[in-house]
Amino acid sequence: MLRIYCPYCESVRDEDEFHCVGEAHIKRPELPDRLTDQEWGEYLHYRTNPRGEHREIWHHTVGCRQHFNVVRDTETYEIKLVYRMGIDPPTVPGRDR
Amino acid sequence: MTQRYSFLQLIRQAFRHHEGWTPAWNSVEPKDEYDVVVVGGGGHGLATAYYLAKNHGLTNVAVLEKGWIGGGNTGRNTTIVRSNYLRDEAAHLYEFALKLWEGLSADLNFNVMFSQRGVLNLGHSLQDMRDIERRVNANRLNGIDGEVLSPADIQKIVPILDCSPGNRYPVLGASWQPRGGVARHDAVAWGFARAADRLGVDIVEHARVVEISLNLGSGAVEGVVVEHEGERKRIRSSKVACVTAGNSGVVAALAGLKLPIESRPLQALVSEPLKPCLDTVVMSSAVHGYLSQSDKGDLVIGAGTDGYNGYGQRGSFEIIEETARAICELFPVFSRVRMNRQWGGIVDICPDACPIIGRMPVPGLYFNCGWGTGGFKATPGSGFVFAHTVAEDKPHPLAAPFGVERFHSGAVIDEHGAAGVAH
Repeated sequence: MLRIYCPYCESVRDEDEFHCVGEAHIKRPELPDRLTDQEWGEYLHYRTNPRGEHREIWHHTVGCRQHFNVVRDTETYEIKLVYRMGIDPPTVPGRDR
Repeated sequence: MTQRYSFLQLIRQAFRHHEGWTPAWNSVEPKDEYDVVVVGGGGHGLATAYYLAKNHGLTNVAVLEKGWIGGGNTGRNTTIVRSNYLRDEAAHLYEFALKLWEGLSADLNFNVMFSQRGVLNLGHSLQDMRDIERRVNANRLNGIDGEVLSPADIQKIVPILDCSPGNRYPVLGASWQPRGGVARHDAVAWGFARAADRLGVDIVEHARVVEISLNLGSGAVEGVVVEHEGERKRIRSSKVACVTAGNSGVVAALAGLKLPIESRPLQALVSEPLKPCLDTVVMSSAVHGYLSQSDKGDLVIGAGTDGYNGYGQRGSFEIIEETARAICELFPVFSRVRMNRQWGGIVDICPDACPIIGRMPVPGLYFNCGWGTGGFKATPGSGFVFAHTVAEDKPHPLAAPFGVERFHSGAVIDEHGAAGVAH
């Protein structure tokens, strides 16, 4: 069971209050009708699937119902960082990416 | 050369106190060059190697496995085999595999304990039942056996299932595929390993591929670098076929590629052994639980995937809780059964819940992955069509719709409706 800090509720809650939405910081293409099939397919279907640090959006489904970002290690499941929406992806100390 | 298993051989060995049996496959050092290198020694990888040798005469083949044979997802699934998929492309592929299963023990000369005890997929709501009717009709049009059963019919097959109207998950009916069933998963890996070894394939365990070498000029595959017994060794091969399930994204990155796959843990658990009480497979996608009883007597229970990506070969506790809760509702008789073991396997999930089988943008590189939560049932068929794809350098007709190009052309095969979570 993960214990996740919600930056809006400002408290640590159990994993089953949350829902993982998926990879964070995916920008919708500004001019979708100008994309090639290759680019559109990549935007729709291709996600980073790292064995290690992963940036994700989580939703506090049965809490404050806010979305926020989490940096989590997919191998150890350690949550390295939690930050609010609208903030650029920060770098986690000790890792270069 | 390994022995052929037969009744005569068994009698002969009995007189020698069973001291004359030889290992099922040989332990070998990798050679410097192969015609095809298969990365990943799970069921699908070993089946690929077997059919490369058997159907295409390619025996200069190596299977490189980072762990040991039977230690990955092949030995971690809930052993269910069925072919009742909705979409034509998927139905044809899985039905082809099911037909291979029916003759597999004789073909491999290894008892994979394939038992066609039937598979029930329960419906708990009106919409479930409409989907079941649609899927069974689609199956029958594709020549796949299937029936829609009423609660009374289900009760005759599984008397211990709670079909009473007061159930929290009311059972309104089910689809029934009598030809579905279970197989012994380790035996499938061992059987394919032994059969491939007999045909001359090199099976190298504890050999992790750390690099896929590409030609700087043409960009084509030249071979792999493998870490084996503490040393790095370069193996030349113009064809590299990767069958690495949950780690496919990691292996693809070695060749500079990205795949439309996300890796998640899928978990299963087994109970203490019980007297025979369940002689079929019961699945329910709506409540994320499926179970059967093994020949040892333990209940084999499959749960859902975790709600987030992960490579830790375990599952989150709340998923087990959810599944155990559903099983207890459906089978009140199991409410005091104790669980013995729990484990997770990393499954590679595609956006359309269908596999990727075929060539990659890098010449000489092939991938067979994305089987997600339901690859075990396809093992022989997957190996058969992938071997053809690799040997001929063009997709087998059954594998053609499953190329990675579909995520750019838009011709995805939406199997989520039929498969849901439970495979």
